[in-house]
Amino acid sequence: MTRDPPTLQFDRVAREFSGGLRAVDGVTLSLAPGSLTAVIGPSGCGKTTLLRLAAGLDSPTEGRVESGSARSSPSVCFQDPRLLPWRRVIDNVALPLELAGVPRAQRHESALGVLQAAGLARAARMLPAQLSGGMRMRVALARALVTQPQVLLLDEPCSAVDEFTRMQLDAEILRTWRACGATTLLVTHSVSEAVWLADRVVVMSRGRVHADHAVRLERASRERGDAAFIGEVEECMRLLAAASGKEAA
Amino acid sequence: MNASAVRAVVWPLVGIVIVLGVWQIGVALSGVAPYLLPAPTAIAHAMWQNREMLASAMGRTALGAAIGFTCAAAAGILLGSVIALIPFLRRSLYPLATVLQMVPVVAVAPLLQLWVDNGLPMAILSAAIVALFPVLAATIDGQASVDPGLRELFKLHAASPLRRWWKLDFPWSVPTTVTGLRIAAGLAVIGAVVGEFVSGYGGARAPLGIVIQAAMRDARTDLVFAAVALTTVVGFALFGAVSLIGWLLVRRWHASAVNESEDRR
Repeated sequence: MTRDPPTLQFDRVAREFSGGLRAVDGVTLSLAPGSLTAVIGPSGCGKTTLLRLAAGLDSPTEGRVESGSARSSPSVCFQDPRLLPWRRVIDNVALPLELAGVPRAQRHESALGVLQAAGLARAARMLPAQLSGGMRMRVALARALVTQPQVLLLDEPCSAVDEFTRMQLDAEILRTWRACGATTLLVTHSVSEAVWLADRVVVMSRGRVHADHAVRLERASRERGDAAFIGEVEECMRLLAAASGKEAA
Repeated sequence: MNASAVRAVVWPLVGIVIVLGVWQIGVALSGVAPYLLPAPTAIAHAMWQNREMLASAMGRTALGAAIGFTCAAAAGILLGSVIALIPFLRRSLYPLATVLQMVPVVAVAPLLQLWVDNGLPMAILSAAIVALFPVLAATIDGQASVDPGLRELFKLHAASPLRRWWKLDFPWSVPTTVTGLRIAAGLAVIGAVVGEFVSGYGGARAPLGIVIQAAMRDARTDLVFAAVALTTVVGFALFGAVSLIGWLLVRRWHASAVNESEDRR
Protein backbone atom coordinates (compact mmCIF):
# COMPACT_ATOMS: atom_id res chain seq x y z
CA MET A 1 0.00 0.00 0.00
CA THR A 2 1.40 3.43 -0.91
CA ARG A 3 0.87 6.21 1.60
CA ASP A 4 0.18 9.86 0.77
CA PRO A 5 3.27 12.01 1.23
CA PRO A 6 3.15 14.12 4.40
CA THR A 7 2.28 17.73 3.80
CA LEU A 8 4.15 18.94 6.84
CA GLN A 9 7.44 17.42 7.81
CA PHE A 10 10.14 18.35 10.30
CA ASP A 11 13.41 16.57 9.68
CA ARG A 12 15.86 16.82 12.64
CA VAL A 13 14.91 20.47 12.98
CA ALA A 14 16.73 22.70 15.47
CA ARG A 15 16.49 26.41 16.18
CA GLU A 16 19.21 27.94 18.28
CA PHE A 17 18.94 31.56 19.36
CA SER A 18 21.79 33.86 20.29
CA GLY A 19 23.14 32.96 23.71
CA GLY A 20 23.00 29.28 22.86
CA LEU A 21 19.32 28.71 23.71
CA ARG A 22 18.00 25.80 21.65
CA ALA A 23 14.25 26.44 21.53
CA VAL A 24 13.77 23.51 19.17
CA ASP A 25 16.27 20.69 19.36
CA GLY A 26 16.27 17.91 16.78
CA VAL A 27 12.55 17.52 16.17
CA THR A 28 11.47 14.98 13.59
CA LEU A 29 7.74 14.85 12.87
CA SER A 30 5.61 13.92 9.89
CA LEU A 31 2.03 15.10 9.63
CA ALA A 32 -0.12 13.10 7.25
CA PRO A 33 -2.32 14.98 4.76
CA GLY A 34 -5.58 16.10 6.32
CA SER A 35 -4.55 15.17 9.87
CA LEU A 36 -5.04 17.37 12.93
CA THR A 37 -2.08 17.25 15.31
CA ALA A 38 -1.92 19.09 18.61
CA VAL A 39 1.33 20.11 20.26
CA ILE A 40 1.28 20.62 24.03
CA GLY A 41 4.01 21.23 26.57
CA PRO A 42 5.14 23.47 29.39
CA SER A 43 5.72 27.17 28.67
CA GLY A 44 8.98 27.76 26.83
CA CYS A 45 9.22 24.18 25.54
CA GLY A 46 9.47 25.33 21.91
CA LYS A 47 5.87 24.82 20.69
CA THR A 48 5.45 28.26 19.17
CA THR A 49 8.97 28.25 17.71
CA LEU A 50 8.10 24.96 16.00
CA LEU A 51 4.97 26.53 14.53
CA ARG A 52 6.87 29.62 13.38
CA LEU A 53 9.38 27.38 11.64
CA ALA A 54 6.51 25.59 9.88
CA ALA A 55 5.04 28.96 8.84
CA GLY A 56 8.34 30.17 7.40
CA LEU A 57 8.42 33.09 9.84
CA ASP A 58 11.68 31.74 11.22
CA SER A 59 14.41 29.52 9.76
CA PRO A 60 15.90 26.42 11.37
CA THR A 61 19.56 26.53 12.28
CA GLU A 62 19.69 22.79 11.60
CA GLY A 63 17.51 20.34 9.71
CA ARG A 64 14.71 20.94 7.25
CA VAL A 65 11.05 21.89 7.33
CA GLU A 66 8.81 21.01 4.42
CA SER A 67 5.37 22.44 4.50
CA GLY A 68 2.57 22.91 2.01
CA SER A 69 3.17 22.65 -1.67
CA ALA A 70 3.93 24.90 -4.58
CA ARG A 71 0.16 25.55 -4.79
CA SER A 72 -0.20 27.25 -1.45
CA SER A 73 1.86 28.33 1.52
CA PRO A 74 0.73 27.55 5.09
CA SER A 75 -1.95 29.70 6.69
CA VAL A 76 -1.56 30.80 10.29
CA CYS A 77 -4.05 31.80 12.95
CA PHE A 78 -2.12 33.50 15.75
CA GLN A 79 -2.83 33.82 19.48
CA ASP A 80 -4.20 37.33 18.88
CA PRO A 81 -6.50 38.05 15.94
CA ARG A 82 -4.15 40.55 14.25
CA LEU A 83 -6.91 42.33 12.37
CA LEU A 84 -6.35 45.70 10.72
CA PRO A 85 -8.58 48.02 12.80
CA TRP A 86 -9.38 50.41 9.92
CA ARG A 87 -10.62 47.65 7.65
CA ARG A 88 -14.06 46.10 7.68
CA VAL A 89 -14.29 42.41 8.54
CA ILE A 90 -14.71 41.36 4.89
CA ASP A 91 -11.60 43.33 3.87
CA ASN A 92 -9.61 41.79 6.72
CA VAL A 93 -10.64 38.30 5.65
CA ALA A 94 -9.82 39.11 2.02
CA LEU A 95 -6.37 40.51 2.88
CA PRO A 96 -4.32 37.37 2.00
CA LEU A 97 -6.02 37.25 -1.41
CA GLU A 98 -5.48 40.99 -1.88
CA LEU A 99 -1.76 40.58 -1.17
CA ALA A 100 -1.71 37.70 -3.67
CA GLY A 101 -3.14 40.02 -6.34
CA VAL A 102 -6.63 38.49 -6.58
CA PRO A 103 -9.15 40.95 -8.14
CA ARG A 104 -11.47 42.73 -5.72
CA ALA A 105 -14.76 41.09 -6.77
CA GLN A 106 -13.27 37.62 -6.63
CA ARG A 107 -11.60 38.07 -3.26
CA HIS A 108 -14.76 39.56 -1.75
CA GLU A 109 -16.76 36.61 -3.01
CA SER A 110 -14.28 34.19 -1.42
CA ALA A 111 -14.18 36.18 1.83
CA LEU A 112 -17.96 36.29 2.03
CA GLY A 113 -18.04 32.53 1.42
CA VAL A 114 -15.82 31.74 4.42
CA LEU A 115 -17.66 34.30 6.55
CA GLN A 116 -21.00 32.70 5.67
CA ALA A 117 -19.63 29.26 6.51
CA ALA A 118 -18.48 30.62 9.88
CA GLY A 119 -21.86 32.28 10.55
CA LEU A 120 -20.26 35.72 10.39
CA ALA A 121 -21.88 37.06 7.22
CA ARG A 122 -23.82 39.69 9.19
CA ALA A 123 -20.55 41.06 10.60
CA ALA A 124 -18.95 41.42 7.16
CA ARG A 125 -19.39 45.21 7.02
CA MET A 126 -18.41 45.81 10.63
CA LEU A 127 -15.07 47.02 11.97
CA PRO A 128 -13.02 44.83 14.35
CA ALA A 129 -13.64 47.30 17.20
CA GLN A 130 -17.35 46.49 16.97
CA LEU A 131 -16.80 42.75 17.56
CA SER A 132 -16.33 40.70 20.73
CA GLY A 133 -12.98 39.00 21.39
CA GLY A 134 -14.37 35.62 20.35
CA MET A 135 -15.80 36.98 17.11
CA ARG A 136 -12.47 38.61 16.27
CA MET A 137 -10.75 35.24 16.65
CA ARG A 138 -13.37 33.63 14.40
CA VAL A 139 -12.69 36.34 11.81
CA ALA A 140 -8.96 35.61 12.10
CA LEU A 141 -9.71 31.93 11.58
CA ALA A 142 -11.83 32.77 8.53
CA ARG A 143 -8.94 34.84 7.16
CA ALA A 144 -6.59 31.88 7.58
CA LEU A 145 -8.99 29.73 5.55
CA VAL A 146 -9.74 32.13 2.72
CA THR A 147 -6.74 30.95 0.69
CA GLN A 148 -7.91 27.32 0.99
CA PRO A 149 -4.57 26.28 2.49
CA GLN A 150 -3.16 22.77 2.42
CA VAL A 151 -1.49 23.41 5.76
CA LEU A 152 -3.16 25.28 8.61
CA LEU A 153 -1.16 26.37 11.65
CA LEU A 154 -3.04 27.39 14.80
CA ASP A 155 -1.00 29.08 17.52
CA GLU A 156 -3.11 28.92 20.70
CA PRO A 157 -6.08 30.57 18.99
CA CYS A 158 -8.24 30.15 22.11
CA SER A 159 -5.74 31.36 24.70
CA ALA A 160 -7.26 34.81 25.18
CA VAL A 161 -10.94 33.89 25.43
CA ASP A 162 -13.20 32.64 28.22
CA GLU A 163 -14.07 28.95 28.63
CA PHE A 164 -17.45 29.17 26.89
CA THR A 165 -16.01 31.05 23.91
CA ARG A 166 -13.14 28.55 23.83
CA MET A 167 -15.60 25.70 23.40
CA GLN A 168 -17.38 27.60 20.63
CA LEU A 169 -14.05 28.29 18.92
CA ASP A 170 -13.04 24.64 19.27
CA ALA A 171 -16.24 23.64 17.50
CA GLU A 172 -15.47 26.23 14.82
CA ILE A 173 -11.94 24.87 14.38
CA LEU A 174 -13.29 21.34 14.05
CA ARG A 175 -15.91 22.41 11.53
CA THR A 176 -13.41 24.32 9.39
CA TRP A 177 -10.85 21.53 9.58
CA ARG A 178 -13.47 19.06 8.36
CA ALA A 179 -14.59 21.43 5.62
CA CYS A 180 -11.17 22.36 4.24
CA GLY A 181 -9.30 19.13 4.94
CA ALA A 182 -6.05 20.98 5.60
CA THR A 183 -3.21 19.33 7.44
CA THR A 184 -3.48 21.14 10.73
CA LEU A 185 -0.95 21.77 13.49
CA LEU A 186 -2.49 23.16 16.67
CA VAL A 187 -0.35 24.55 19.46
CA THR A 188 -2.28 24.73 22.71
CA HIS A 189 -1.92 24.88 26.49
CA SER A 190 -5.19 23.03 27.02
CA VAL A 191 -4.93 19.26 27.22
CA SER A 192 -8.69 18.75 26.93
CA GLU A 193 -8.78 20.96 23.84
CA ALA A 194 -5.94 18.95 22.31
CA VAL A 195 -7.71 15.64 23.00
CA TRP A 196 -11.07 16.94 21.78
CA LEU A 197 -9.69 18.26 18.50
CA ALA A 198 -6.66 16.22 17.51
CA ASP A 199 -5.93 12.78 16.09
CA ARG A 200 -2.54 12.93 17.67
CA VAL A 201 -1.06 14.80 20.61
CA VAL A 202 2.65 15.60 20.59
CA VAL A 203 4.12 16.50 23.98
CA MET A 204 7.21 18.69 23.86
CA SER A 205 9.83 19.35 26.49
CA ARG A 206 13.04 21.37 26.23
CA GLY A 207 12.63 21.72 22.48
CA ARG A 208 12.31 18.00 21.90
CA VAL A 209 9.42 15.63 21.30
CA HIS A 210 8.85 14.00 24.69
CA ALA A 211 5.86 11.85 23.65
CA ASP A 212 3.77 11.25 20.57
CA HIS A 213 0.33 10.04 21.57
CA ALA A 214 -2.39 8.84 19.16
CA VAL A 215 -5.84 9.72 20.47
CA ARG A 216 -7.82 6.47 20.70
CA LEU A 217 -11.27 7.94 20.38
CA GLU A 218 -13.66 7.98 17.46
CA ARG A 219 -14.17 11.58 16.50
CA ALA A 220 -17.95 11.26 16.44
CA SER A 221 -18.02 9.94 20.01
CA ARG A 222 -15.85 12.58 21.66
CA GLU A 223 -17.82 14.07 24.50
CA ARG A 224 -15.99 16.10 27.10
CA GLY A 225 -17.79 14.41 30.03
CA ASP A 226 -17.31 10.78 28.84
CA ALA A 227 -15.14 8.39 30.80
CA ALA A 228 -13.15 7.47 27.67
CA PHE A 229 -12.50 11.13 26.90
CA ILE A 230 -11.46 11.82 30.50
CA GLY A 231 -9.18 8.78 30.36
CA GLU A 232 -7.45 10.16 27.27
CA VAL A 233 -7.06 13.55 28.92
CA GLU A 234 -5.56 11.92 32.03
CA GLU A 235 -3.15 9.95 29.86
CA CYS A 236 -2.00 13.16 28.16
CA MET A 237 -1.81 14.93 31.53
CA ARG A 238 0.54 12.18 32.76
CA LEU A 239 2.74 12.68 29.70
CA LEU A 240 2.64 16.45 30.22
CA ALA A 241 3.49 16.10 33.91
CA ALA A 242 6.45 13.90 33.03
CA ALA A 243 7.56 16.49 30.44
CA SER A 244 7.16 19.29 32.98
CA GLY A 245 9.18 17.31 35.53
CA LYS A 246 11.90 16.86 32.94
CA GLU A 247 11.77 20.58 32.22
CA ALA A 248 12.07 21.46 35.92
CA ALA A 249 15.00 19.08 36.33
CA MET B 1 -26.26 69.82 19.58
CA ASN B 2 -26.34 67.42 22.54
CA ALA B 3 -25.64 68.32 26.17
CA SER B 4 -22.04 67.06 26.15
CA ALA B 5 -21.21 69.10 23.04
CA VAL B 6 -22.74 72.19 24.68
CA ARG B 7 -20.61 71.58 27.78
CA ALA B 8 -17.51 71.27 25.59
CA VAL B 9 -18.17 74.74 24.19
CA VAL B 10 -19.66 76.48 27.22
CA TRP B 11 -16.97 75.74 29.83
CA PRO B 12 -14.04 77.16 27.80
CA LEU B 13 -16.19 80.22 27.05
CA VAL B 14 -16.88 80.66 30.76
CA GLY B 15 -13.10 80.51 31.35
CA ILE B 16 -12.46 83.19 28.72
CA VAL B 17 -15.16 85.46 30.19
CA ILE B 18 -13.66 85.12 33.70
CA VAL B 19 -10.13 85.98 32.45
CA LEU B 20 -11.39 88.98 30.45
CA GLY B 21 -13.49 90.17 33.39
CA VAL B 22 -10.55 90.01 35.81
CA TRP B 23 -8.35 91.77 33.23
CA GLN B 24 -10.91 94.57 32.66
CA ILE B 25 -11.47 95.17 36.37
CA GLY B 26 -7.74 94.96 37.12
CA VAL B 27 -6.90 97.62 34.48
CA ALA B 28 -9.71 99.90 35.70
CA LEU B 29 -8.71 99.60 39.36
CA SER B 30 -4.95 99.86 38.90
CA GLY B 31 -5.07 102.81 36.50
CA VAL B 32 -2.25 101.32 34.40
CA ALA B 33 -1.46 103.35 31.26
CA PRO B 34 -3.25 102.07 28.12
CA TYR B 35 0.02 101.92 26.14
CA LEU B 36 1.33 99.45 28.74
CA LEU B 37 -1.78 97.31 29.11
CA PRO B 38 -5.03 98.27 27.39
CA ALA B 39 -8.34 96.97 28.72
CA PRO B 40 -10.13 94.24 26.74
CA THR B 41 -12.85 96.71 25.77
CA ALA B 42 -10.20 99.06 24.35
CA ILE B 43 -8.74 96.20 22.32
CA ALA B 44 -12.19 95.28 21.04
CA HIS B 45 -12.77 98.92 20.11
CA ALA B 46 -9.44 99.08 18.21
CA MET B 47 -10.33 95.86 16.45
CA TRP B 48 -13.68 97.24 15.35
CA GLN B 49 -12.24 100.59 14.27
CA ASN B 50 -9.62 98.84 12.09
CA ARG B 51 -11.72 95.89 11.06
CA GLU B 52 -11.15 96.14 7.31
CA MET B 53 -7.40 96.52 7.58
CA LEU B 54 -7.17 93.72 10.19
CA ALA B 55 -9.38 91.38 8.15
CA SER B 56 -7.15 91.87 5.12
CA ALA B 57 -4.03 91.37 7.26
CA MET B 58 -5.48 88.25 8.80
CA GLY B 59 -6.23 86.88 5.34
CA ARG B 60 -2.62 87.45 4.23
CA THR B 61 -1.20 85.79 7.32
CA ALA B 62 -3.67 82.91 7.07
CA LEU B 63 -2.69 82.40 3.42
CA GLY B 64 1.02 82.30 4.23
CA ALA B 65 0.50 79.96 7.18
CA ALA B 66 -1.89 77.66 5.29
CA ILE B 67 0.36 77.32 2.22
CA GLY B 68 3.43 76.85 4.41
CA PHE B 69 1.61 74.25 6.51
CA THR B 70 0.38 72.38 3.42
CA CYS B 71 3.90 72.27 1.97
CA ALA B 72 5.28 71.07 5.31
CA ALA B 73 2.55 68.44 5.64
CA ALA B 74 3.14 67.06 2.14
CA ALA B 75 6.94 67.14 2.46
CA GLY B 76 6.89 65.76 6.02
CA ILE B 77 4.63 62.82 5.20
CA LEU B 78 6.50 62.00 1.97
CA LEU B 79 9.98 62.37 3.45
CA GLY B 80 8.97 60.66 6.70
CA SER B 81 7.56 57.69 4.81
CA VAL B 82 10.71 57.31 2.71
CA ILE B 83 12.92 57.56 5.82
CA ALA B 84 10.75 55.07 7.73
CA LEU B 85 10.76 52.64 4.81
CA ILE B 86 14.54 52.61 4.34
CA PRO B 87 16.41 51.69 7.56
CA PHE B 88 19.65 53.24 6.31
CA LEU B 89 17.97 56.61 5.86
CA ARG B 90 16.28 56.33 9.25
CA ARG B 91 19.66 55.87 10.92
CA SER B 92 21.44 58.56 8.92
CA LEU B 93 18.88 61.31 8.27
CA TYR B 94 16.62 61.24 11.31
CA PRO B 95 19.31 62.45 13.78
CA LEU B 96 20.21 65.18 11.30
CA ALA B 97 16.58 66.30 11.10
CA THR B 98 16.45 66.40 14.92
CA VAL B 99 19.54 68.65 15.01
CA LEU B 100 18.08 70.96 12.34
CA GLN B 101 14.91 71.25 14.41
CA MET B 102 17.00 72.82 17.20
CA VAL B 103 17.98 75.78 14.98
CA PRO B 104 15.56 78.62 15.86
CA VAL B 105 13.69 79.94 12.84
CA VAL B 106 14.19 83.54 14.06
CA ALA B 107 17.95 83.04 13.71
CA VAL B 108 17.63 81.51 10.25
CA ALA B 109 15.02 83.93 8.91
CA PRO B 110 17.52 86.59 7.70
CA LEU B 111 19.25 83.84 5.71
CA LEU B 112 15.97 82.94 4.04
CA GLN B 113 15.88 86.45 2.60
CA LEU B 114 18.83 85.44 0.43
CA TRP B 115 16.83 82.62 -1.13
CA VAL B 116 13.29 83.89 -1.54
CA ASP B 117 11.53 87.19 -2.20
CA ASN B 118 10.26 89.24 0.69
CA GLY B 119 6.54 89.13 1.36
CA LEU B 120 4.35 86.07 1.00
CA PRO B 121 7.12 83.67 -0.23
CA MET B 122 9.14 84.51 2.88
CA ALA B 123 6.16 83.87 5.18
CA ILE B 124 5.40 80.58 3.40
CA LEU B 125 8.99 79.32 3.62
CA SER B 126 9.34 80.34 7.25
CA ALA B 127 6.02 78.65 8.15
CA ALA B 128 6.98 75.50 6.22
CA ILE B 129 10.38 75.20 7.91
CA VAL B 130 8.90 75.47 11.41
CA ALA B 131 6.01 73.10 10.64
CA LEU B 132 8.06 70.44 8.86
CA PHE B 133 9.73 68.69 11.78
CA PRO B 134 6.65 67.73 13.84
CA VAL B 135 5.08 66.14 10.75
CA LEU B 136 8.31 64.40 9.79
CA ALA B 137 8.95 63.08 13.31
CA ALA B 138 5.34 61.95 13.79
CA THR B 139 5.28 60.17 10.44
CA ILE B 140 8.54 58.34 11.10
CA ASP B 141 7.54 57.40 14.66
CA GLY B 142 4.07 56.32 13.56
CA GLN B 143 5.37 54.10 10.78
CA ALA B 144 8.16 52.69 12.93
CA SER B 145 5.71 51.69 15.67
CA VAL B 146 3.56 49.32 13.60
CA ASP B 147 2.43 46.30 15.62
CA PRO B 148 5.11 43.62 15.03
CA GLY B 149 2.34 41.01 14.85
CA LEU B 150 0.78 42.78 11.88
CA ARG B 151 4.20 43.12 10.24
CA GLU B 152 4.54 39.35 10.66
CA LEU B 153 1.16 38.83 9.03
CA PHE B 154 2.32 40.74 5.96
CA LYS B 155 5.62 38.84 5.95
CA LEU B 156 3.68 35.58 6.02
CA HIS B 157 1.87 36.63 2.86
CA ALA B 158 5.13 37.76 1.20
CA ALA B 159 3.98 41.38 0.80
CA SER B 160 6.56 43.66 -0.84
CA PRO B 161 7.86 46.56 1.30
CA LEU B 162 5.97 49.08 -0.83
CA ARG B 163 2.74 47.13 -0.59
CA ARG B 164 3.18 46.74 3.16
CA TRP B 165 3.76 50.47 3.42
CA TRP B 166 0.58 51.30 1.54
CA LYS B 167 -1.68 48.77 3.25
CA LEU B 168 -0.20 48.71 6.74
CA ASP B 169 2.50 51.24 7.69
CA PHE B 170 0.78 54.31 6.24
CA PRO B 171 -2.75 53.74 7.59
CA TRP B 172 -1.31 52.61 10.95
CA SER B 173 0.61 55.88 11.26
CA VAL B 174 -2.36 58.16 10.48
CA PRO B 175 -3.32 58.91 14.13
CA THR B 176 0.31 59.71 15.05
CA THR B 177 0.77 61.80 11.92
CA VAL B 178 -2.42 63.72 12.69
CA THR B 179 -0.97 64.57 16.13
CA GLY B 180 2.15 65.91 14.38
CA LEU B 181 -0.02 67.87 11.95
CA ARG B 182 -1.98 69.46 14.81
CA ILE B 183 1.26 70.66 16.44
CA ALA B 184 2.52 71.84 13.05
CA ALA B 185 -0.68 73.83 12.43
CA GLY B 186 -0.01 76.08 15.43
CA LEU B 187 3.69 76.37 14.62
CA ALA B 188 2.97 77.31 10.99
CA VAL B 189 1.26 80.52 12.15
CA ILE B 190 4.25 81.39 14.37
CA GLY B 191 6.56 80.71 11.43
CA ALA B 192 4.50 82.85 9.07
CA VAL B 193 4.48 85.80 11.51
CA VAL B 194 8.27 85.49 12.02
CA GLY B 195 8.69 85.50 8.24
CA GLU B 196 6.55 88.63 8.04
CA PHE B 197 8.58 90.34 10.80
CA VAL B 198 11.83 89.69 8.94
CA SER B 199 10.66 90.47 5.42
CA GLY B 200 8.97 93.70 6.56
CA TYR B 201 6.67 94.11 3.57
CA GLY B 202 3.82 96.49 4.17
CA GLY B 203 1.51 98.90 2.48
CA ALA B 204 -2.11 98.08 1.82
CA ARG B 205 -1.36 94.34 1.74
CA ALA B 206 0.39 94.19 5.12
CA PRO B 207 -0.08 90.94 7.04
CA LEU B 208 -0.57 90.72 10.82
CA GLY B 209 3.17 90.54 11.55
CA ILE B 210 3.70 93.91 9.91
CA VAL B 211 0.58 95.37 11.56
CA ILE B 212 2.04 94.35 14.94
CA GLN B 213 5.40 95.99 14.14
CA ALA B 214 3.78 99.22 12.89
CA ALA B 215 1.41 99.41 15.87
CA MET B 216 4.35 98.92 18.26
CA ARG B 217 6.19 101.83 16.60
CA ASP B 218 3.09 104.00 17.04
CA ALA B 219 2.60 102.89 20.67
CA ARG B 220 -0.82 101.52 19.67
CA THR B 221 -0.74 98.66 22.15
CA ASP B 222 -4.49 98.11 21.76
CA LEU B 223 -3.94 97.41 18.03
CA VAL B 224 -0.98 95.13 18.84
CA PHE B 225 -3.23 93.09 21.13
CA ALA B 226 -5.98 93.06 18.48
CA ALA B 227 -3.53 91.76 15.84
CA VAL B 228 -2.07 89.20 18.24
CA ALA B 229 -5.58 87.98 19.05
CA LEU B 230 -6.21 87.52 15.33
CA THR B 231 -3.00 85.50 14.85
CA THR B 232 -4.40 83.24 17.58
CA VAL B 233 -7.65 82.98 15.65
CA VAL B 234 -5.71 81.96 12.52
CA GLY B 235 -3.77 79.36 14.50
CA PHE B 236 -6.92 78.05 16.13
CA ALA B 237 -8.74 77.82 12.78
CA LEU B 238 -5.87 75.87 11.19
CA PHE B 239 -5.57 73.64 14.26
CA GLY B 240 -9.34 73.07 14.26
CA ALA B 241 -9.44 72.20 10.56
CA VAL B 242 -6.59 69.68 10.95
CA SER B 243 -8.17 68.19 14.07
CA LEU B 244 -11.50 67.79 12.29
CA ILE B 245 -9.94 66.09 9.26
CA GLY B 246 -7.91 63.83 11.58
CA TRP B 247 -10.98 62.93 13.60
CA LEU B 248 -12.94 62.11 10.43
CA LEU B 249 -10.13 59.80 9.31
CA VAL B 250 -9.81 57.76 12.51
CA ARG B 251 -13.13 58.26 14.31
CA ARG B 252 -14.44 54.76 13.68
CA TRP B 253 -11.42 52.68 14.55
CA HIS B 254 -8.74 54.41 16.59
CA ALA B 255 -8.86 54.28 20.39
CA SER B 256 -8.23 58.05 20.73
CA ALA B 257 -11.42 58.92 18.81
CA VAL B 258 -13.51 55.96 20.05
CA ASN B 259 -12.63 56.62 23.73
CA GLU B 260 -13.35 60.33 23.30
CA SER B 261 -16.82 59.54 21.97
CA GLU B 262 -17.45 57.13 24.87
CA ASP B 263 -16.23 59.69 27.44
CA ARG B 264 -18.76 62.19 26.12
CA ARG B 265 -21.64 59.74 26.56
